Amino acid sequence: MNESIVWLTIFILSVFVGVEVISKVSSTLHTPLMSGANAIHGIILLGAILVTGYAESNLALVVGLVAVVMASVNMVGGFLVTDRMLQMFVRKKKPAPAKAEQAGGQS
Amino acid sequence: MTATPVWAQVVYLLAAVCFILALKGLSSPKTARAGNLIGAVGAVIACVVVFFYAELDHVAAILVAAAIGTAIGVVGAQRVQMTQMPQLVALFNGVGGGAAALVALLELGNLVEGDHGGFALAATAFTIVVGSVSFAGSMITFAKLQDLMTSRPVTFPGLPVLFGGSLLIALALSVLTVTDPAVWLGVVLALIGLTLGVLLVLPVGGADVPIVISLLNAFTGLTVAAGGYVLDNTVLLVAGTLVGAAGTFLTKLMAAAMGRSVVNILFGALKGGSTLGSGEASDRPVRSASPQDVAILLGYANKVIIVPGYGLAVAQAQHTLRELVDVLMDRDIAVDYAIHPVAGRMPGHMNVLLAEAQVPYEQLKEMDDINGEFKQTDVVLVVGANDVVNPAAKTTPGAPIYGMPILNADEGHQIVFMKRSMRPGFSGIENELLFDPKTTLLFGDAKDSLSKLLSAVKAL
Repeated sequence: MNESIVWLTIFILSVFVGVEVISKVSSTLHTPLMSGANAIHGIILLGAILVTGYAESNLALVVGLVAVVMASVNMVGGFLVTDRMLQMFVRKKKPAPAKAEQAGGQS
Repeated sequence: MTATPVWAQVVYLLAAVCFILALKGLSSPKTARAGNLIGAVGAVIACVVVFFYAELDHVAAILVAAAIGTAIGVVGAQRVQMTQMPQLVALFNGVGGGAAALVALLELGNLVEGDHGGFALAATAFTIVVGSVSFAGSMITFAKLQDLMTSRPVTFPGLPVLFGGSLLIALALSVLTVTDPAVWLGVVLALIGLTLGVLLVLPVGGADVPIVISLLNAFTGLTVAAGGYVLDNTVLLVAGTLVGAAGTFLTKLMAAAMGRSVVNILFGALKGGSTLGSGEASDRPVRSASPQDVAILLGYANKVIIVPGYGLAVAQAQHTLRELVDVLMDRDIAVDYAIHPVAGRMPGHMNVLLAEAQVPYEQLKEMDDINGEFKQTDVVLVVGANDVVNPAAKTTPGAPIYGMPILNADEGHQIVFMKRSMRPGFSGIENELLFDPKTTLLFGDAKDSLSKLLSAVKAL
């Protein structure tokens, strides 16, 4: 099989997977989902590391390092901020039992 | 560049699977946090593996740069207030797009020397242009949300021509990059991309900015995918394509929740037909009341629905509101929060903001579940919201929010608006409901008014 066709196949299939996995998301989760997807494209960090690691001139090295900084901000910040948002979604289920436990402890 | 060994490719495949599971997990409340974690694990694995097979130079410098970026990301993610979440996401998206453009620019330098196919060069040009668009567009989005510039649509007469012209030049230069590659072409492409990004976002009105963030997010995904093709790296291709596809679909979902089409959001202001309203305060007569009057209304109601909006969050009044609701519920009044899908600045934003104030999840009702209940509601208390209860969405075909599903607050027996001023909502159009005889206005800062209201209700 021609190599370009292999790439095209991966691309097309990924498009379908990407749409399919999020097709049933509720509007409540739109914001965290957007933020999580945003973090995932921070994987460009891998690309930034590669091109910087093979940089042959000082200029290329500097540009590459800037890209590494930017990409890691995207990746690390993205996943953390998504987690912070989602923490609040998890907490909301607990208040009732938590209060009951507290009351039980005090009595 | 060393070829990727098979074992590393297997690890990349694993990372790609992690990303699919992450998106899948993020689509459901129960699995969302685990999904995000899986995504993070996949990303870290993929980035660590590269150090073990590729013969990289400058490893120390790279690690320092990554550490700096990580520190910035950590501080940004932890310091940000929940109300500022949309602009932070825009910022993170922008730097990601910028990084992709820079990576492609460097790779163009390598491709110029070697003998590479036209596809790789085309993909490189694409990454440079769209990555720059994403970077510049996100920065303008950030400025709009952070109030560094006006959130109103900015247009000027030559804008469509300039935009179209830049687009054509970008296309022509991309073709030239394929036939006769040179690094200077890449630099020019990046500059044109930046111009396009600015021009794309300027005409978008404040209320639609979240949709643009989502769209630019999808753009960045696609640039990362193209970058993956250029660098011969499957995990970049898969991850980028996933985000591009999911992001595009999500953009459509969000636009649908607001009753708008993506094309209309981007170019509506240019056509002139759907330009937003005057944005000026009206001097028509309204009925305003003191906190004591409103306290009596609330204290002797049987059923109250609260419609929270972004103004509530800006005033940091969520906690005071929750206290008020607690007091009302102690008086055996049924109280619910009506959450519009786009309340706040992004879909689902209000849920996050109220969850932060520890409002029990059961009290939050989604629009479709609660819209039938307004008719039996004694008092609808609108706190810092405006567009999501604006009947113009149903009655005025020319209005920019026409067609957006709204909360039927106008069906309540009494409506109380807590407002800072008579200024229109984020969409910039006037709300007829403010002038309805059933409506009472309580002017003032949301937190201040709510505290007064709280003590007045307690004193009943």
